Amino acid sequence: MPDTNLLSVHDLKIEATSYPPGEPPKRITIVDGVSFDLQKGKVLGLIGESGAGKSTIGLSALAYGRGGAEITGGEVKLDGTDILKLGKGGIRKLRGARICYVAQSAAAAFNPAHKLGDQVIEATVRHGLMSRQEARKRALYLFQVLGLPSPETFGDRFPHQASGGQLQRAMTAMALCSHPDLIVFDEPTTALDVTTQIDVLAAIKHAIEETDTAALYITHDLAVVAQISDDIMVLRHGRTVEYGPVQQIIEAPTQDYTRALVNVRQAIRREAPDQSKALLDIENISAEYSNGFKVLHGVSLHLCKGQTLAIVGESGSGKSTLARVITGLLPPSDGRITFEGKPLTPALKNRPRDDLRRIQLIYQMADTAMNPRQTVRDIIGRPLTFYDGLRGAAKTARVKELLEQIEMGNGFIDRYPAELSGGQKQRVAIARALAARPELILCDEPTSALDPLVAEGILKLLMKLQEEQQLSYVFITHDIAIVKAIADSVAVMHRGRLVRFGPKSQTLSPPFDDYTDLLLKSVPEMELGWLEKVLATRRMESAGN
Amino acid sequence: MSNSAEAGGTPARSLRERFPLLALIFERFLLSLLLLFAVSVLIFAGVEALPGDFASTYLGQSATPETIANIRAELGLDRPVITRYFDWLGGVVQGDFGTSWASRNSVSEQVGNRLGNSLFLAGFAAIIAVPLAICLGMLSVHFRDRMPDKIINVISLAAISLPEFFIGYLLILYFAVNFGIATFPATVYQGMGFFERIQTIALPTATLVLVVLAHMMRMTRAAILSVMSSAYMETAELKGLSSWRAIVKHAAPNALAPIINVVALNLAYLVVGVVVVEVVFVYPGMGQYMVDAVTVRDMPVVQACGLIFAAVYILLNMLADILAIVANPRLRHPR
Repeated sequence: MPDTNLLSVHDLKIEATSYPPGEPPKRITIVDGVSFDLQKGKVLGLIGESGAGKSTIGLSALAYGRGGAEITGGEVKLDGTDILKLGKGGIRKLRGARICYVAQSAAAAFNPAHKLGDQVIEATVRHGLMSRQEARKRALYLFQVLGLPSPETFGDRFPHQASGGQLQRAMTAMALCSHPDLIVFDEPTTALDVTTQIDVLAAIKHAIEETDTAALYITHDLAVVAQISDDIMVLRHGRTVEYGPVQQIIEAPTQDYTRALVNVRQAIRREAPDQSKALLDIENISAEYSNGFKVLHGVSLHLCKGQTLAIVGESGSGKSTLARVITGLLPPSDGRITFEGKPLTPALKNRPRDDLRRIQLIYQMADTAMNPRQTVRDIIGRPLTFYDGLRGAAKTARVKELLEQIEMGNGFIDRYPAELSGGQKQRVAIARALAARPELILCDEPTSALDPLVAEGILKLLMKLQEEQQLSYVFITHDIAIVKAIADSVAVMHRGRLVRFGPKSQTLSPPFDDYTDLLLKSVPEMELGWLEKVLATRRMESAGN
Repeated sequence: MSNSAEAGGTPARSLRERFPLLALIFERFLLSLLLLFAVSVLIFAGVEALPGDFASTYLGQSATPETIANIRAELGLDRPVITRYFDWLGGVVQGDFGTSWASRNSVSEQVGNRLGNSLFLAGFAAIIAVPLAICLGMLSVHFRDRMPDKIINVISLAAISLPEFFIGYLLILYFAVNFGIATFPATVYQGMGFFERIQTIALPTATLVLVVLAHMMRMTRAAILSVMSSAYMETAELKGLSSWRAIVKHAAPNALAPIINVVALNLAYLVVGVVVVEVVFVYPGMGQYMVDAVTVRDMPVVQACGLIFAAVYILLNMLADILAIVANPRLRHPR
């Protein structure tokens, strides 16, 4: 019964031309032979790692190829009409009217020069579906459904006057405004904090149900998609791995790859029992920016040798600032830091070189933390020369030894960063930190830009190195699952203050303070109906108050 | 945490924080005044440092030490430089630029007339050039890398490469001499009717338009192209908007600041840089007035012209800065 399908994609093939440095351009296949059907009012989750082709498939529903991607085969039928054969004018009539798109970063996808309300109704009015007044009324209704603050005046705001979560909801309102048949959600909650993500997720789910719109929901987070989809398609390297109802995918996956995604981030490390001997002792640290804005308020915590301290918090909680204070990049305005029993000089430029050597950093974006014009040999070799004066054959031997330690072969020694994958780049960054023979490594969200399975490999590597070399880590993250997997002690930060600190078993067990409670409850779990359960508990609590 | 630190975190918000836009505009205004003062010093010092002397040029063969000393005393040149500068500045602040040494008339009166002529010519050229340049820029983005874009680019490059006096003479040759449909010289006088005036200045206006058009058009194109790759332009496309509407409504407003700046620079050029064009077309504006004054070393006139040119330049750039600030919604509508 092909007629009951709203969207029917058959044997889709999408290609692009890549321009590798120093080689002739070549055609690469991004999506190969993907087929699926979507019925009216249903939600299909597309899940996979980066490069799986999920966004590309989503955009093909709008007959759009991003960055030179071309749909070269197959058909995309909307109500039985192949939209790939419509031509420019025909497809323009569909976009923004019957098919709408919600981008990953609403902050970038809204035009900074216009009011949100005008942007929300623009497509609907331009397509002649409603008058301005009708569209405004519709927008007001949607702002209410999506739970935006003061919906009557929200449309008068400019994008910079709304938060990330609000923008993401406004973008959803923009997509819903024209009464579309289909909405493509492209990772709409990925850039948000967990406590915001749950609100947006609930709002999107509610709005989809309310308006009976079908949706393609693209994400890399299986736990998120499990809350919102009817069906799930697992993608890898542009091909379908597994496609079926959500319950079957989550509870009885048939493919190894799907199983790996479902079981990602189980506990890797048991908590260390003795946490009394401090290697790093932070006492009552406060810090402010040069404009006098206070970012840290009297933070005290400590870390023992050979252990991992996880610092969790949302964006703006001051967790990265704390790392900058420890490295000396931002000298504290108050308080002191002791390292191995000796006070640490506050400012970086006054620190003895040996203190610099002992504390190393790994960044979130390995990409931007490396000079693209240097080979792996130069990148890892630089600290060897700087701290230990190694040159020539001795340096090369040590670089090879380090590559061995990060489980990469000698073959990588003369590659440039552009020739490495994301996970490999992060491994090289780890090797660069190890090259200094550090005692403490500050890891600033080293895995948050990576795909789950790659991230797990990096975490395992870090844990292995810790065992072998008695390394201590300060691990900054917003991901509670990682904390549960690798930490010995946990610090929870919120708006520049330390909310909670102690051994992992204590910190992550009740009784909780309000903020930790909210944070823990907001992390999506790989369980059907989790979202409803959390929302129901919230309603009961607010009713009880 | 001590109480003092808590109190320090939330002080009464300063005026600057409450009215960021007004504060910024006020800052620009003060900076412009300071700049204008510095320029007045530079002009006075520059004129003072010029070789040659009005008295000896004026007297020619009949110059004797006594007559030179007499004229110098008459013009007040025997007083110390600082005194003369503040004397001059005091007059300028009240709108009095002194007396021309050559004609013994009030500089302010003569300048007023000439400045009006120059502003008329420049303003008329601007009214044609600015909208035309911005439209052509947007059109060229709309048809980017296709035929219309390439044609616009080649013609504008040609116009930008030819010096203005050359364009001026070319126009005179074809339109005034060969076809005889335009008037030359473009001399206007008081009491001329408006339409007659416009007819007279057609050629110098066309020259000026050609000279500034290319620069503004190319900058508009570049500024809009640089925002075309933004995520919100993709949003516009996925909303099913037409390419022309996306450019006009979504790209252009975000390219305003650089466009305003290049327009202001060109407007300033229209007023200040018309010297050559005025001389070519024998147009009685500021430029020709200044050139004449330099020839006879009539210093009060040279100083007045220099200062007025500088003031126009600074004023237009200040306006551009302020408009660019106002065009930024983040500053216009603080959180």
